[in-house]
Amino acid sequence: MNNSRRRFLKIASLSVFGLGAKGVLDVAAGTTPDAAALTGKYEDGATALKAKRWAMVIDMRKFTSPEDYSRVIEACHSIHNVPSIEGNQEIKWLWTDTYEATFPDDMNPHLSQEVLERRYLLLCNHCENPPCVRVCPTKATFKRADGIVVMDYHRCIGCRFCMAGCPYGARSFNFGDPQPHIKAINPKFPARTRGVVEKCTFCSERLAVGQLPACVEASNGAILFGDLDDPNSPVRKALNENYSIRRKPSVGTQPGVYYIV
Amino acid sequence: MYNGKYIIPGIVIFVGLFTFPFWSNLLTPKYERPQIALPAGEKECIEPVGYMRAEHMHILNLWRDEALREGKRLYVASNGKQWEISLQNTCMKCHANKADFCDKCHNSNSVSPYCWDCHVAPRGNQ
Amino acid sequence: MVEKLLKGSPAYYIWLLFLGSVVGLGGFTYLFQLKYGLAITGMSRDVSWGLYISQFTYLVGVAASAVMLVLPAYFHHYKQFKKMIILGEFMAISAVLMCMLFIVVDMGQPQRMLNVILHPTPNSVMFYDMMVLMGYLFINLLVGWVTLEAERHDVEPPKWIKFFIYLSVIWAFSIHTVTAFLYAGLPGRHYWLTAIMAARFLSSAFCSGPAILLLLVFVLRRLTGFNPGREAVQTLTKIITYAMCINVFFYLLEVFTAFYSGMPGHQHPLVFLFAGHGGHSYWVNGWMWTAVVFAFLSLALLIPPQIRDNEKVLPWALVMLVIASWIDKGLGLLIGGFTPNPFEGITVYAPSVPEILIALGIYAFGLLVLSLLWKIAIEVKKEAGTF
Repeated sequence: MNNSRRRFLKIASLSVFGLGAKGVLDVAAGTTPDAAALTGKYEDGATALKAKRWAMVIDMRKFTSPEDYSRVIEACHSIHNVPSIEGNQEIKWLWTDTYEATFPDDMNPHLSQEVLERRYLLLCNHCENPPCVRVCPTKATFKRADGIVVMDYHRCIGCRFCMAGCPYGARSFNFGDPQPHIKAINPKFPARTRGVVEKCTFCSERLAVGQLPACVEASNGAILFGDLDDPNSPVRKALNENYSIRRKPSVGTQPGVYYIV
Repeated sequence: MYNGKYIIPGIVIFVGLFTFPFWSNLLTPKYERPQIALPAGEKECIEPVGYMRAEHMHILNLWRDEALREGKRLYVASNGKQWEISLQNTCMKCHANKADFCDKCHNSNSVSPYCWDCHVAPRGNQ
Repeated sequence: MVEKLLKGSPAYYIWLLFLGSVVGLGGFTYLFQLKYGLAITGMSRDVSWGLYISQFTYLVGVAASAVMLVLPAYFHHYKQFKKMIILGEFMAISAVLMCMLFIVVDMGQPQRMLNVILHPTPNSVMFYDMMVLMGYLFINLLVGWVTLEAERHDVEPPKWIKFFIYLSVIWAFSIHTVTAFLYAGLPGRHYWLTAIMAARFLSSAFCSGPAILLLLVFVLRRLTGFNPGREAVQTLTKIITYAMCINVFFYLLEVFTAFYSGMPGHQHPLVFLFAGHGGHSYWVNGWMWTAVVFAFLSLALLIPPQIRDNEKVLPWALVMLVIASWIDKGLGLLIGGFTPNPFEGITVYAPSVPEILIALGIYAFGLLVLSLLWKIAIEVKKEAGTF
């Protein structure tokens, strides 16, 4: 090809590239004119509840009738659009099981009948040292500074490594579309889609507007919730006055849910 | 040109296909911005209309990350007004008629956001 | 060299067409899974990983096993392996591709898979797994292609390839160690929480991978007359035998630790796998005992040199070894980790038909890639006179 024609083509393509590059760099730096002009600020609401380390104390002695259990579970599952699915692909954020299933490390056949025969409430323990957070490859689940283990459904890729990592079986996976199985949709809260993992969130959206978690409110004082770092919180007071146990202490996760049995 | 009787028609067909978007739009009726149903209540969105039209997805992504990941659920707009960060409870409270507001523009521009796989769409204009 | 895969005998084309149709069937089933979710599999809230991840685990081992040829051939200059080493490298490529596909079909939101790169998380083993698998694929493609090209032109490969060859040796160990770490770092799964998980994975890989390679090479010999050389086969069989002995020994170490210590958390999964629960036996029990019988039978045929070197008996021994290791490292591993569940209960898992069809589709794809790559290698060797 003619030398000057080559030169012309080289300069022309470089110029076109250069012209386009400014636009690309602008977008990359977030300095497109519109975006720079107006940006709001993000803050905590005035009524938001704050803590250094949220924790829960469940006084199992106060759960005496089936209604006590179903009331708290229904409170949680109904406002969070948790589907009711039959079979082993179920989704549960808060549920009940036997003593042996809840505290297998602490089993002894001569425990008092009352303790052995009671049903126990199980949920995500929002551990201090959560294995699920350690293994998540996208930080879709992560620990907030206030101790809550958050689930970001937008980022979850559905690999279920967190489910394998959780020693407490606290996490559920949406094997199919959950929406047909939701009894009555709460329009104030989203549902989830198939292919993501979900679990109890310690009602972080309620804490942000100054409300206690739904199960705590529905429990008539049987479930306490508060800041473990505050010596005057309801949880610390209850733990001071009663003997408490946690699930599977030997795995070192430091769970944030305490049980008074 | 060697094989010219195949190459020239081939080039013509290729140019025709390549410029299809341009001449097909010249031949079909002009794109008209859909008539959308404005919300009944508030007259102003969280930010001015032009900004929202261009950047609503950008703002929604920022809202998503700030609310869910950072735990900051209050938005102080550039005009100082405060809003609760929630697609369902703030945005859709005003834009309750999803079919005549959101979907009209989305459908004609072939945009299908997957937000509604999880987020609960409102049920009509109140 | 790609043009070499385009011309073949009618049987070659029919084979590719057959594989393509199995891939199509698997792909069609996968479309159902994309629409309806993983609900169509046999997985459950308690057994949240199943057939897909088990096959991924086994195939990472097969991919890593190329190192059993590369290390002697390039590091110790064992020339007898040089003839068939390209086949091992190409098998590694096929295996890694299958691994990646098994992960993709297991994901609940596969279109978000780039989130792992967009939001890197160095504390997550799965992040490293993705990186090392991609790296290993690249290394094997590079090394395989460059060395084959050099063979075609009858020259020594360029000097810089040595760096990648040595890197591939270390990388092979690393991909399988990282995969083992996926399991061995989880505090609640007693069957997997063992320090020798990576060692077991590697020993299992180094017997099963070369065994699969040898079986495929025997098929290749029957089809094309390609002879890797008697000494190469015998040396590789010795390596397979030693690795299988270590593999079985390691499993027995697990059994000892569980039962001599008496720790219920360690015993329960083994008891469930081999004897069921509460007097009730499950399909996986027969599966595991088959693995035991085949493992010992294969060793009985591999350890005595006269039987090992008998090429009429060897394929049977290798088939039994592959089945035994596939059961142990595949579904046996997964079911053992998730059963009993964290509540000491039993949730039975069995793969569903759609799950199996998708898995078969991926295997067919792997065989397709293998067939195409080996066709190129064989044609190049014929052209270069090194057949």
